Amino acid sequence: MAEIVIRNLRKEFGTFTAVKESSFTIGNGEFFMLLGPSGCGKTTTLRMIAGLELPTSGEILIDGEDVSQKPASQRDIAMVFQMFALYPHMNVRKNISYPLVSQGVPRAQVQAKVAEVARILGIESILDKPVSGLSGGDRQRVALGRAIVRNPKAFMMDEPLGALDAEFREHMSEELRALHDRMGATTVYVTHDQLEAMQMGDKIVVMNHGVVEQFGTPQEIYDHPATLFVADFIGSPSMNFLRFQGSFRPGDRAVTLGGVTMETPELQAEAGARDLVLGVRPEHVTLVDSGAYRGRIIAAEYLGTTQIVTLDTSHGTIKARAPAGQVARVGETVGMTFRAPTLALFDAGSGRAFRTSANAGVHHG
Amino acid sequence: MSAYSITEPSRRAKLVAGVLVCLYAFITLLPLLWIISTGFKSGPDSISYPPKVIFEPSLEGYVNLFTTRTRIAPEALAELPPPETFYDKIVRERDMVIAGPSRFGERFMNSVIIGFGSTFLSIFLGTLAAYAFSRFKVPLKDDLLFFILSTRMMPPIAVAIPIFLMYRELGLSDTHLGMILLYTGVNISLAVWLLKGFIDEIPREYEEAALIDGYTRFQAFRKVVLPQAATGIASTAIFCLIFAWNEYAFAVLLTSGTAQTAPPFIPTIIGVGGQDWPAVAAGATIFLLPVMIFTILLRKHLLRGITFGAVRK
Repeated sequence: MAEIVIRNLRKEFGTFTAVKESSFTIGNGEFFMLLGPSGCGKTTTLRMIAGLELPTSGEILIDGEDVSQKPASQRDIAMVFQMFALYPHMNVRKNISYPLVSQGVPRAQVQAKVAEVARILGIESILDKPVSGLSGGDRQRVALGRAIVRNPKAFMMDEPLGALDAEFREHMSEELRALHDRMGATTVYVTHDQLEAMQMGDKIVVMNHGVVEQFGTPQEIYDHPATLFVADFIGSPSMNFLRFQGSFRPGDRAVTLGGVTMETPELQAEAGARDLVLGVRPEHVTLVDSGAYRGRIIAAEYLGTTQIVTLDTSHGTIKARAPAGQVARVGETVGMTFRAPTLALFDAGSGRAFRTSANAGVHHG
Repeated sequence: MSAYSITEPSRRAKLVAGVLVCLYAFITLLPLLWIISTGFKSGPDSISYPPKVIFEPSLEGYVNLFTTRTRIAPEALAELPPPETFYDKIVRERDMVIAGPSRFGERFMNSVIIGFGSTFLSIFLGTLAAYAFSRFKVPLKDDLLFFILSTRMMPPIAVAIPIFLMYRELGLSDTHLGMILLYTGVNISLAVWLLKGFIDEIPREYEEAALIDGYTRFQAFRKVVLPQAATGIASTAIFCLIFAWNEYAFAVLLTSGTAQTAPPFIPTIIGVGGQDWPAVAAGATIFLLPVMIFTILLRKHLLRGITFGAVRK
């Protein structure tokens, strides 16, 4: 198993820059998520780590060794593709043993290893079947088997659950995570599904337009988004943004918007008068009559345990996650309070979060 | 209440379709059947009017095709020892004896060497070129592909005279190599374009998986791409073989002896010793066989190949 270090990685396709100066470190044995919308450069980054694309510049270190210009076959990593890429002209057993055969492993050892992998994945009964007739889940298991049979330094997974239906995806993601915990293998996992990333990952890198927006644990990324993009991309419904004009100085513990003073974590930066964005997650908005900041209810969606109440305020619409039992009548004007320690303040121009006492330790991309 | 299906044709529609298909097959196959039956007729039967559908089968056509014969006087014939083989017997009934083998065997072998040789070369080069065009960044790719296609835009025979002169200068006239190169040149554009389509359809992930599994690019090509492209290779090979096998114009122009193929040879049978239609028909029948066998052998691939890409798997 290995630690993977990415330093100033850059990839250009002609005039298009797919990945711009990305840097992050994937710890030994981590389940690492590359998250972002399609076209953000996450798959390109994965393919560069795997050796299927060569970077334009920058370094990729696997276990301290710079492999950035080496072919895939010399990197000792395994990959699971979105469409599985099982060799269609071979049966399950041959598919799984293929990576070992390429290394010239003796036949008896190959057989033993394939049997062991099949047992781990619970696919002993389909070993001699052709891959064409298999269900999505079994194909996925065979693809995993082909990856783990070789004990590689790291696993690359390119949206491995993307081709499965929703119900099965849930089951498979648990299986994957359990397999990872058991093997302790460094895993790099590409997904555009923020829920999947939060659910499975030890660490997440959020990418957008080829740039690393933020890098951290799921909690850090959810609680303290480094940019407006991350705040918007993670969470459902996503973070509310209240746009206002204002200024603050280090040590301030509140900002004023629309004449209402909002308590915030202690601000550590300075900003002259400019366009600012106050970010608050729906679950940190409480509807109370005493609240100084007011809005008119325009919709309420009942979700069982909670409800999502949409309010129209002087700074745009706000969604609040309220207990299902709370009465919220459309058309009524109510007050609300925000939980101060959870608030984030962004520069509307650059989209970056200002340093506060709350997000001080968070890695910004 | 009987159930009507919107997607399943009714019994009547199936019946009509069946009759039409059988009728069409009969019309198409009739000339073929006629040639095959003529090959088994005796000389007089083959030119009798009205034509004979029922006749006494004879191998005379085949014997004549493979032999040269000499007419001798009946008295001399009577003095010969009795015929040893069935073909001696057939020939003697016409007051002739066998003088030696005919050239048909050689010409047929020429066709086999040139047809299969050029097919192999076209497929070999075509697969490599198609793979490169499909997978690599080739400078001026589109222009090159168009250039390759453009070689098919004029009928090859339009350049017959330049090729004739060129071949004469290069000493390629009437050689196997010359004909193989010529047919390969004509077929290669078809092969590159057809095979590129097939290889484009093979997801790159298969090779990438092989690359990551520790194989080199060439091993991945050989072990993963080639088996996947087998269908395309088979159907392309059939198209190439059919062209090279049936080609007549260049064969007449550029070959006369050593490398003469069967198509220009068969008509020459007519000139030797009268219009021997059974021999011509026998030659045509034998000539049909290799392509027929080759196509039947590759039929499984061909059916999938022709509809390949039409439906997403």
